[in-house]
Amino acid sequence: MTTFQNLTSAKHIKRLKLSEALFTRGLKLSAITIVVIMIAVFLTLVVSSLPSIKSLGFKFLTTSEWDPVTSKFGALPFLFGTLITSLLALIISTPFSIAFGLLLGEYYPKGIFSQIFKNIIELLAGIPSVIYGFWGLFVLVPIIRTYEMKFGILPYGVGIFTSSLILALMIMPYSASLITQVISMTPANLKEAAYSLGATRFEVIKKLIIPYVSSGIFAGMLLALGRALGETMAVTMLIGNTHDIPKSLFGPGNTMASVIANEFTEAPDKVYVSALVEMGALLFVVTLIINILGKQIIKRF
Amino acid sequence: MKKMKIGILAVVALIAIVTTAFTFPNLSKKEVVKTMPDGTELIGAGATFPYPLYSKMFDEYNKTTGVKVNYQSIGSGGGIKQLTSKTVDFGASDAFLSEEQLKAAPAPIVHVPTCLGAVVLTYNLPNNPKLKLTPDVIADIFLGKITKWNDAKVKAANPTITLPDLAVFIVHRSDGSGTTFCFTDYLCKVSTEWNTKVGKKTSVDWPAGLGAKGNEGVSGMVKQTPGAVGYVELIYAVQNKMQYGSVKNKSGAFVDASIKSVTSAANVTIPADARVSLTNTDASDGYPISSFTWILLYKDQNYDGRAMDKAKAATKLVWWMIHEGQKLAEPLNYAPLPAAAQKVAEANLKSINFGGKPLL
Repeated sequence: MTTFQNLTSAKHIKRLKLSEALFTRGLKLSAITIVVIMIAVFLTLVVSSLPSIKSLGFKFLTTSEWDPVTSKFGALPFLFGTLITSLLALIISTPFSIAFGLLLGEYYPKGIFSQIFKNIIELLAGIPSVIYGFWGLFVLVPIIRTYEMKFGILPYGVGIFTSSLILALMIMPYSASLITQVISMTPANLKEAAYSLGATRFEVIKKLIIPYVSSGIFAGMLLALGRALGETMAVTMLIGNTHDIPKSLFGPGNTMASVIANEFTEAPDKVYVSALVEMGALLFVVTLIINILGKQIIKRF
Repeated sequence: MKKMKIGILAVVALIAIVTTAFTFPNLSKKEVVKTMPDGTELIGAGATFPYPLYSKMFDEYNKTTGVKVNYQSIGSGGGIKQLTSKTVDFGASDAFLSEEQLKAAPAPIVHVPTCLGAVVLTYNLPNNPKLKLTPDVIADIFLGKITKWNDAKVKAANPTITLPDLAVFIVHRSDGSGTTFCFTDYLCKVSTEWNTKVGKKTSVDWPAGLGAKGNEGVSGMVKQTPGAVGYVELIYAVQNKMQYGSVKNKSGAFVDASIKSVTSAANVTIPADARVSLTNTDASDGYPISSFTWILLYKDQNYDGRAMDKAKAATKLVWWMIHEGQKLAEPLNYAPLPAAAQKVAEANLKSINFGGKPLL
């Protein structure tokens, strides 16, 4: 048992102060470490891409020819591929995420039903991307190919659309779980007030919950988009890997992450390697820009 | 209650950290003790293509001599990078170093061929026929000029086979690889159009078709898509019992890829530095899309304060690989070196020295 004297003794207070200071310093140190590592990664990328920046300049961003034999490296098709697959995946997955969030956040916030569903969604997030890739290649691709044949499109099976579908499935858990959380946090007194005024459940959702959590929904979408931008393995297996700007939604293309993963190990010369590193830096910048834009939009809401 | 749970968790985590921290150093210490009396653990890095053979060889070598070899199959490009930055004892590559690469290296590098590989063309056609392919047909298919299987050129080479009115669907490797280098090197030699339009490298700007990752990606895509054609490693095709076409070589004979015909492809005059492309071989019974794979070592092993013992161990290992090790090749479907190539490999290995003193 500690007595009052013990607790207020100079020694005890000193010890408390020390532990307090150590804790704060520890927190600061770990936070700074994360920031320093991020900056260091970016600097490394920029320094290693100097040879390519020197020899290619702005052509890297404006041309669309990627020919390792003649050392012409234009990243435009891959920038395009990354943005289009990610945005398409976001468009496909968002309605499902919101529906899921409403069902589990508003209709069934508790109970076995919601527990099972929440666990399944979390499980989806835990599946390695190579497994999504394999499933896509052996199950989804043949199905899409039969439909493409029916509609008279070139039956590649793989391509932008197939990758976006798999990406949508992969990023869904991230936005769905965040949206579920924010929806379940809508204040009960607001909802009760709406009901007491005679609002139906649909009206409550439409006029109260959705506007109330719109920034949360957007944050969930942003999280999902970040994941889609960097996804590599599953996309590589399903996108068709061509070095051209995709001509149609069902045509093949390529993404920045996928090109890096494909070509980095066997790139023999300096400019080639450096161009691939520059692409990494570009992906970094694109992710950063999208995040900053997203944050601004969240603030507006 | 909750606090107790957290407390228990913390204790468990602490125990886990402490035990792993203490057991792992012990393990690695034991390993070091075991290999140290022989003085050496060699480190190599490079090509993925010969990896199954190399790992079998190194395992056998470890059993007979006790020398441990740690080989990282990170790709030829990576192997060359590791060798030039002197972080490994030997590199391995599916393509020989170009003049520029040799000039960029910090010291002269010796090429030692260890075995041969080949690239075959696999396809998905009704009734799975054995196609005869001419260099023209192969080049035109991959240039995107032959778009239907019943094209007159394909028919002319295969008069006995009824070819379907099916679109040609081209699948190539999406990842940079020695297989692509070998195949594009062949196409450059047999087609001037390919040579000027596309060229050769571990990864090229393909005029037509789709990319798939790895041999398994290409073969998977070909198996799924009617009318598809792709190129894969011979070993991969044999292991997976895939049908592949015979290819017309320089002497005009249609040759089926096999261990024998691939070894025969190396029955040509091999230059003293062993840097030779075997594609479109002059050998009359050789398969035309074949290639050596090489081990790369510094000619003067006295660098970065290396011990002479280590240099000796490295050269001895490679000597064993091109002699006793060769009998391990065939069971794994790799083509062993023919006698002439073995002689060149021996001579190159013997030229390796340690500050002027020979090592073998």
